[in-house]
Amino acid sequence: MKLRLDEETIALRAAKEFDDGMVVNLGYGMPGLCANFIPEGRTVFFQSENGILGYGPLLTDEEKDYELINASDQPVTSLPGMSFFDSATSFDMIRGGHIDLVILGAYQVSEKGDLANWGRPGRPATGMGGGMDLALGGKKLMVMMLHTTKEGAPRIVRQCTFPLTARNCVKKIFTDIAVIDVTRRGLVLREVAPAWTSEEIQALTEPKLIIGEDLKEIEL
Amino acid sequence: MPVNKIYETCERAVADIYNGATIMIGGFGSFGGLPIHLIIALAKQGTKNLTIIANQGGVGFELSKRIKPGGYEDVGILVQNGQVKKFIGSMPALRGMPPTSPIETLHREGKMEIELVPQGTLAERIRAGAGGLGGFYTPTGVGTPVESGKEKRVINGREYLLEFPLTSDFALIKAHKADALGNLVYRGTARCFNPPMAMAAKITIVEVDQLVRTGELDPEAVVTPHLFVSRIVEVPR
Repeated sequence: MKLRLDEETIALRAAKEFDDGMVVNLGYGMPGLCANFIPEGRTVFFQSENGILGYGPLLTDEEKDYELINASDQPVTSLPGMSFFDSATSFDMIRGGHIDLVILGAYQVSEKGDLANWGRPGRPATGMGGGMDLALGGKKLMVMMLHTTKEGAPRIVRQCTFPLTARNCVKKIFTDIAVIDVTRRGLVLREVAPAWTSEEIQALTEPKLIIGEDLKEIEL
Repeated sequence: MPVNKIYETCERAVADIYNGATIMIGGFGSFGGLPIHLIIALAKQGTKNLTIIANQGGVGFELSKRIKPGGYEDVGILVQNGQVKKFIGSMPALRGMPPTSPIETLHREGKMEIELVPQGTLAERIRAGAGGLGGFYTPTGVGTPVESGKEKRVINGREYLLEFPLTSDFALIKAHKADALGNLVYRGTARCFNPPMAMAAKITIVEVDQLVRTGELDPEAVVTPHLFVSRIVEVPR
């Protein structure tokens, strides 16, 4: 078995996309880890849909203040310039295109950039939360996910079989073995994890991958 | 002399909530922002056939211990009590949790109706209800299971879904401070769904950490003006 990147390392790579001054919303689960890897010298403003802009690093359990949390229920620290607002205003920010970058988790992404990240077979009562608004409202949507299911089946597929969050929305995918751009021409393989070849990545990906001209090892 | 909105106990404040009522419950889902003492009082009061409008369906006391040491009460206790016939919200059950939340269990047994609403659409439907609007068009949900049965319209080349307003008979709200008139200020991320819900109900019942004299709140800082508030209960933290 070849080594795959752990969640922290995927987050470290994804966080390299943070530009100075960006407003960023990090989705439930794995994307939240990106908050710990802001590239040095850059300022990023984290927005969370429960009504907070400009929060700082996550806190430990002992220090929890349940009136200062992000939408993943993680307690956060306050920073100068932070603000609070109600849910309607929060989704004006999100739906209205005022968030520069959204990073969400995913069960499946299709070759056209369709996203499925909320419903699973056998769990009809789980909801989408703010995912549908975030997927189409951010100026740019990226996804962090494991490349395959526990059973080894591809999560990057021709057509999503899980319930959709939004269509044609994903622009970039970070997995535990690759970085892939979603383009009009199709999926372009940009980076591979150390020791992985493009053939091995293709074997675990359902749609045909276009090999990027400047294909390289994932930079960390 | 303005009407006295101050109630001594949460039990009295929810005493007249009737069978079949539609109730908005503020907060986001977990501990901060939920009107926990009003929820507990409503559970004791026992009214049935309720329609609950809330962001999350609650995990119940047992599962909540995983999120917060000691656990906390949430919307889940009303569901466990068999008081809820329908839930309207964005996250009836959490996907990060095992499928044992009260609402998910009852839904699987066919004893609970669920209307799934994306979170931003939920907030906007409540705001539309509060503001007397007939509805609005949103791009959220186009091409997904959410669009089923909804009017679709192309505006400036983009597809939108028609969504209708939400109002309720009662709202249970958590705020940080109220003055005697019912002006409200909130604390941190406990604000979330509380202000729009406070505006969309016929009778708005508020649990506050602290009740202050009229005139003590900075008018510039008031988030919910008093005309939206019917009843106030102080539950010191």
